[in-house]
Amino acid sequence: MAELTYLQAISDGLRTEMRRDKRVFVIGEDVGVYGGAFKVTLGFQEEFGHWRVMDAPLAETAIVGACTGAAMMGLRPVAEMQFADFISCAWDHLVTVAAKQRYRAGTPVPITVRLPSGGGFSGGPFHSQNPESSFAHIPGLKCVCPATPEDAKGLLISAIEDPNPVLYFEHKHLYRRIKGEVPEERYTVPLGKARTHREGSDISLITWGAMVYTAEEAAKQLDDDGVSVEIIDLRTVMPWDKTAVLESARKTSKVLVLHEDTRTGGFGAEIAATVAEEAFEDLDAPVRRIAAPDTPVPFSPPLEKAFIPQVEDVTKGLRELAEY
Amino acid sequence: MAIAREAEPLGSLKEVREAGLDREDLLGVYRNMLMTRGIEERGHILYRQGKIPGSFYTGRGNEAGSVGVATAMGADDVGTPLHRDMGVHIVRGVEPWRIFAQYMGRADGPTKGRDGNVHMADSKLGLIAMVSHLPAMLPVAVGCALAFRIREEKRVAVGWFGEGASARGDCHEAMTLAGVRKLPMVFVCDNNQWAYSTPTHLEFATGHVADRADSYGFEGVVVDGTDVLAVYREASRAIEKARAGGGPTLIESVTLRMEGHAVHDDAFYVPKEMFEKWAENDPIERFRTWLRENADLSDDEEDEISAGIKKALNDGLKRAEESPLPDPSTLTEGVYATPEDLDTPHHK
Repeated sequence: MAELTYLQAISDGLRTEMRRDKRVFVIGEDVGVYGGAFKVTLGFQEEFGHWRVMDAPLAETAIVGACTGAAMMGLRPVAEMQFADFISCAWDHLVTVAAKQRYRAGTPVPITVRLPSGGGFSGGPFHSQNPESSFAHIPGLKCVCPATPEDAKGLLISAIEDPNPVLYFEHKHLYRRIKGEVPEERYTVPLGKARTHREGSDISLITWGAMVYTAEEAAKQLDDDGVSVEIIDLRTVMPWDKTAVLESARKTSKVLVLHEDTRTGGFGAEIAATVAEEAFEDLDAPVRRIAAPDTPVPFSPPLEKAFIPQVEDVTKGLRELAEY
Repeated sequence: MAIAREAEPLGSLKEVREAGLDREDLLGVYRNMLMTRGIEERGHILYRQGKIPGSFYTGRGNEAGSVGVATAMGADDVGTPLHRDMGVHIVRGVEPWRIFAQYMGRADGPTKGRDGNVHMADSKLGLIAMVSHLPAMLPVAVGCALAFRIREEKRVAVGWFGEGASARGDCHEAMTLAGVRKLPMVFVCDNNQWAYSTPTHLEFATGHVADRADSYGFEGVVVDGTDVLAVYREASRAIEKARAGGGPTLIESVTLRMEGHAVHDDAFYVPKEMFEKWAENDPIERFRTWLRENADLSDDEEDEISAGIKKALNDGLKRAEESPLPDPSTLTEGVYATPEDLDTPHHK
């Protein structure tokens, strides 16, 4: 085991798969000579050559669409969007072609799209979004949102191996801030299996991505109140681990869903509705959601801080649930 | 100002032989054109009989374009034909009964009733099923070409689009990527002069769509899309150039959409004289005349070809009508692929 940052773990996962499987190649803007805007593919072009680490023109539809064609011809493409926000340019391709090809034409599309997502550093409206809910709504796509370095590597390898289009949301605010032990060998973390980040007995806090750490800070504060908070890290929002969420809900009888994406139609709504439908009899309080408000992501620090759910927002929500 | 090259017509049998087609090939081309039209004419009847759900689209007027290009493709080449390109499916060997089953939403159609009309393809024959968003398949075709280039295979991808689709960003992005990487790719624009009711001068402001090729760093060529031999020769040149590492070509094949956008559309907006003029250049009639004048096509041969097609269509229809409708209990199956689905020649 080596201690790696979240970013190093992503690089390690990608490099591991590229060394093992020569069908895997990387395409994106500035991924080659420059090593990617965040340096995930730094040194890759030297090792794998410029046909397996391809600098693409500024053309997201062509990048992701070409991945689909290459995947149908037997390769295992990994596209990098420079920022998750730019996936809007390839929305049409993903939703219209990649997501539906298996169902209607029987053709699998094994592609991975890496999406540096999330805010917290004044990236503004176009470099900070968390668009996973939009894609989780599209039948045929899978959405992965790792929170830890170990999961970042194992989930990326699973995404590349998966026979479907997988959107891999890597949270930029975790890149260099979060470190952890990561096995040196190749391993996979299954898609659709949640992880109990922290065991607890009074409230279930369901979250993913960078919010796992916000949840953890808040849960620690609730310890002082004598309230035990269980944190379920979904790891993947499509497929999502309904069983783990319902089990935890039935155990604690109180559920808080937390995400960095905006509230209305966010994936938290799906989780809350499912818990209400399937575990109503086990609940001692209404399911509660904490999410960003329904606004674009603002630029200026005080505005952005007010936008992204903070530890004190979560603490407040947990206390209200505890007292219910 | 014209930038793209204007293709020359082929005159004699000798020229055609030089372009790679012997007499047997020529009769095959003729048969495929007739089959293409025959399937669509039968489709019209099926539609009027209420046997085709949804709408119905044909490629009447485009038989030379689709058959000509597909005839030039190699067995291992791949393509993304669109809804005016039935001829591509026919040339690649899709059996008529499967097309009728597709039209009628039957369980044995290529999409098993999950998609309709020409939204189909047999991947084993090197074709990829189109979507309604017309230039959306161009980046996919470019991706196929990219895979061939990465693996250093001598294979070519052919991507079809219409002059209407040329207005969309996907088209520009696909040509940009293919151009900068000099990929083994042939872009085929079926310019049938009407994008639904919109004429060409409201779709592009250049003289020809093919003029744009220059700005992507490759050759553009305009060919008479009613002349199957000229289309074939240009497609062969482009495909073999791509195969040899010479990069992409954009072929613009000009014809007229001889019917409405779809079966509900009477095309009132197309001037009557335009239809009359282009009817004189009907691709099938034109090739038939050429065959009679240059390749000694006899009455007996014509009768034999027509009878063969009639039988294939009759048998195909019968078999398609025997195919069951899909079982609603299968509705949610196959949204996601399983690892076993990747066990295909392509995905290995």
